[in-house]
Amino acid sequence: MQFEDVVETVVEIIRKAETELSEDVLKSLKYAYKNEENEIARMNLRNIIENVEYAKAKGIPICQDTGLPVFFVEIGREVCLDFNLKSAIIEGVNRATKEIPLRSNAVHPITRRCVGNNPYIDFELVEGDELKIAVIMKGAGSENCSALKMMMPSDVHKIKRFVIDVVREAMGKPCPPIFIGLGIGSTFDGCAKLAKKALLRDVTIMNDFEIEILDAINRLGIGAMGMGGRFTALAVLSEVDSCHTASLPVAVNIQCWANRKAFAVLR
Amino acid sequence: MELRTPIECKSLRDLKVGDLIYVTGEVITARDLAHTRILEHLEGGKPLPFEINRAVIYHCGPLMKFDGKWKVISAGPTTSARMNEMTRKILRYVDCMVIIGKGGMNVEFGGKGVYLSYTGGCGALASKYIKNVNGVHWLDLGMAEAVWVLEVEKFPCIVTIDSSGNNLYEYVKRKVDDNYKRLNRTQYDNLKFI
Repeated sequence: MQFEDVVETVVEIIRKAETELSEDVLKSLKYAYKNEENEIARMNLRNIIENVEYAKAKGIPICQDTGLPVFFVEIGREVCLDFNLKSAIIEGVNRATKEIPLRSNAVHPITRRCVGNNPYIDFELVEGDELKIAVIMKGAGSENCSALKMMMPSDVHKIKRFVIDVVREAMGKPCPPIFIGLGIGSTFDGCAKLAKKALLRDVTIMNDFEIEILDAINRLGIGAMGMGGRFTALAVLSEVDSCHTASLPVAVNIQCWANRKAFAVLR
Repeated sequence: MELRTPIECKSLRDLKVGDLIYVTGEVITARDLAHTRILEHLEGGKPLPFEINRAVIYHCGPLMKFDGKWKVISAGPTTSARMNEMTRKILRYVDCMVIIGKGGMNVEFGGKGVYLSYTGGCGALASKYIKNVNGVHWLDLGMAEAVWVLEVEKFPCIVTIDSSGNNLYEYVKRKVDDNYKRLNRTQYDNLKFI
């Protein structure tokens, strides 16, 4: 495996994420369109589906906020890397920014001066001989509506309330119908990472716990784009990890309908 | 229904919340920094390099590409609420205006304007309705913040704030508040599956 292989792979998965939604996401959007009764919500959902098809046909980004690249990289123990993996990923992002093209979204947080498209990268060491790269192109409208709470260990039953409150506060701002990444446990920083990582999952597969929260959220009636309707959220995706006996960290990471994610495996 | 630019101020009174309308003509993009600069000009008595009276302002930071001439790649709406305060001030200087954006605004148009919503995130599809880039101003603000003069044809929008002050987002918010109160303890607090 060479530097260039990683660069090209990164360009390809970013292109895929930006210009075509994964099948599971598209399937759940179409389900919402089919089952929505509110006329205005239906128009918004029809625009969304038409937009996705148009972007794919033309090979252009689905949304002008092309997001901030967030990478989850798994490095198999037997993988031999004779180059700087981080540099290769950054090079891939820079090339994708020019070629696709993407908006340069990263700025210094205080001066607000543009610094290109500096990605967030998480590395994890695993067993095996594969290098797995997953990317989420994360828009800011939805990221800004996310929240983290260090709850009381005795308030486990209030997790659902917390998620509902975050969604209600957000209303139409995160471009609903949204996808919700829910991190429960770990540490302050760890639970936020769980919530983000949960967004990589297949959105059509949920457990009973997740469906229960989803049903409660969809009783609110915020609807597509906050203009009313049945479908405020399309999935609640949770990840759980152990935490300190005195802690209960809970993170809610909101993702817009344009849940742009893609994956690659290198050997 | 079709809305052509420059707008006939009187015709805005016919637009009601929930109406689907198609915008044809020139729209100008403006977001945070462009609004700040528009106000600096208006308040300082300096002429603007483009017309805002009877104009359609699109809250949008487009993704553009220069291929000998400027081309729109993706141009969906940005969150309008950030422009609330500045829009209230700009309204004093115009006979009427139309705003296209997403998420709604907290602005009393006082008969001088309407607010239209276009589906958030649908930037690729928006480029289909943009027939030409007629010009660009203040490119020093950056690609997203510059003022782009775009020629659109049958750009489909929904009236969400009309000139009499009816506001779809406020109506939905009141309904959501009611629905929230109605979630009983079991639906709200109890987790069956733990």
